[in-house]
Amino acid sequence: MKHLMSVSTGKNKKNKTSGGDRFFYFFTYLLTGFLTVIVLYPIVYVVSTSFSSPEAVTRGEVWLWPVDFSLEGYTAVLKYRDVWIGYRNTIFYTIVGTLMNIALTLACAYPLSRKRLHGKGPIMFLFTFTMLFGGGMIPNYILIKNLKIMNTVWAMLLPGCMSVYNMIVARTFIQRNIPDELLEAAKMDGCSDTRFFFRIVLPLSKAMIAVLALWYAVGHWNAYFNAFLYLSDKELFPLQLFLKNVLVQNDFATMIDPDLAEQMTELRNLIKYALIVVSTAPLFAFYPLVQKHFVKGVMIGSVKG
Amino acid sequence: MCRNAGLPVISLKYGKGNMRKKNLKKVKMEIWRDRELYLFLLLPVIYIIIFAYVPMGGLVIAFKDYSVRKGIFGSDWVGLQNFARFFESYQSGRIIKNTIILSLYEIVAGFPIPICFALMINSLKGKRFKKFSQSIVNLPHFISTTVMVGILFQLLNSRTGLYGMIGEALTGNYPSDLFASAEGFRHLYVWSGIWQGFGWGSVIYTAALSGVDPEYHEAAQIDGATRFQRILHIDLPCLIPTIVINLILRMGSVMSIGFEKVYLMQNGLNLSTSNIISTYVYEVGLSATGTSDFSFATAVGMFNSCVNLLLIIIANGIARKVGDTSLW
Repeated sequence: MKHLMSVSTGKNKKNKTSGGDRFFYFFTYLLTGFLTVIVLYPIVYVVSTSFSSPEAVTRGEVWLWPVDFSLEGYTAVLKYRDVWIGYRNTIFYTIVGTLMNIALTLACAYPLSRKRLHGKGPIMFLFTFTMLFGGGMIPNYILIKNLKIMNTVWAMLLPGCMSVYNMIVARTFIQRNIPDELLEAAKMDGCSDTRFFFRIVLPLSKAMIAVLALWYAVGHWNAYFNAFLYLSDKELFPLQLFLKNVLVQNDFATMIDPDLAEQMTELRNLIKYALIVVSTAPLFAFYPLVQKHFVKGVMIGSVKG
Repeated sequence: MCRNAGLPVISLKYGKGNMRKKNLKKVKMEIWRDRELYLFLLLPVIYIIIFAYVPMGGLVIAFKDYSVRKGIFGSDWVGLQNFARFFESYQSGRIIKNTIILSLYEIVAGFPIPICFALMINSLKGKRFKKFSQSIVNLPHFISTTVMVGILFQLLNSRTGLYGMIGEALTGNYPSDLFASAEGFRHLYVWSGIWQGFGWGSVIYTAALSGVDPEYHEAAQIDGATRFQRILHIDLPCLIPTIVINLILRMGSVMSIGFEKVYLMQNGLNLSTSNIISTYVYEVGLSATGTSDFSFATAVGMFNSCVNLLLIIIANGIARKVGDTSLW
């Protein structure tokens, strides 16, 4: 074995310098670097533009770094009440929504992680079938209407309160990480299922819960569809709905501030760039901290269940 | 040899009835023993019934002439009239075609890229560069659809955007408006989606590749295999189960292309390619300019969902026959 190892490392060094491999590595680094730049450049460009002066943006002078560094775009954006309302609502939907998601997902995943539970098969089918088939836009709309939660915060929180996919991820995690012996021992000592859940399962599932919370939270932060269909009261609008009006429909009417109306045409473009940054910055700020967890989450989810 | 890193496998099988052997009394006792677990399940089950199965029941209005006043149960039956109306309309063919073309374009162009990227990233030696590159390409995944479309509009604006600036710098004239052309829509939609998703899409393959036993590589190196040969004969075969599962899922969702991004990118000038089933359902059912014809819109949506279900069942069946990887 030792002999083999030394041979292999010896070959390894040789391979590094072999012509074919050198070309391969050169090509791979080049292509990977190219793709990275392709992804990075638009992001840098948007951020740089948002920090440039309106004149520089209009004249098209920004290529990579900010030109005539200015915060005019941001001061204009932050003057709009709608942005603050949107921010407040989005934070509310994200926090409360995520808490509800986690509670429901775990309440569902925990019993279904047990090997022997009567009716587990049919119950599981009840959930998984909804991944394959659903009522669709109009029946959902009628449901929200009939429940009389149209244009309330409930229309934002209740639909999509549990993702079956995430529930399966949680179930698989519990099955794999909480040994049966632990349950048996706890039962011997007279521990109830509920107590076992709070005392053993929850503390041992922290990593998984963190991952699910992140997935759900990003989903809430970025969602516009339910708000778009079910909300008409501006006081309830999440940030993304304002963004849709301004960025996509070019509709500044909801944001008009009499003082700024005059300079509007000059500022329009700049405001859009600043808005993009303002709305996405929180996610990007969190991203380096949580990146590892996201990737781990994909791995948890990828194990055959 | 390779860990299966597909998506979680859905179990659609009922547990094989071991109920028969046990007598009823024992079953009752066990259910009573697990009562707390059933209590846990109560809320999720109620939830899924209200928010998934009640709308499924609501699909009956596709066979009715729904009126808000009469409600779902009181409305009159019309049989398949709504479906017939859709298939007879001059738009149906184009809308179905648009949906399929857009979706297939997305798969053909977008599916192989994350796989190639994962294989490339995996074969790199510099850890720092690897990490840096991965964090960057994962980033756009977290951008919302609204912001994504906003960025697209801003950067590719033919006058004030990067596209316009480059066009002007090169030719002296502003280029034509990309968003005003029907042909442009598909390319913009698909390639912006690839820009946003290929990095994140590759994570699952990178995870699978991390499970490849390094001994295979060592053995191959001894035999003089180049890095490229090792990718072809070691890494790629290990990804096959993951690829198959993902491909089934993608093929199964050919007709369920999302509403959100297409709707945001839609305008009067690209409607001939951008009008797909889901946006059409919204248009006739809920939009202010539509006819608010709930029954007709539901029928169109239901046709779509049924085709979806059929496709995923077929895709799964094929995968089960061809390889031993399948969803259920």
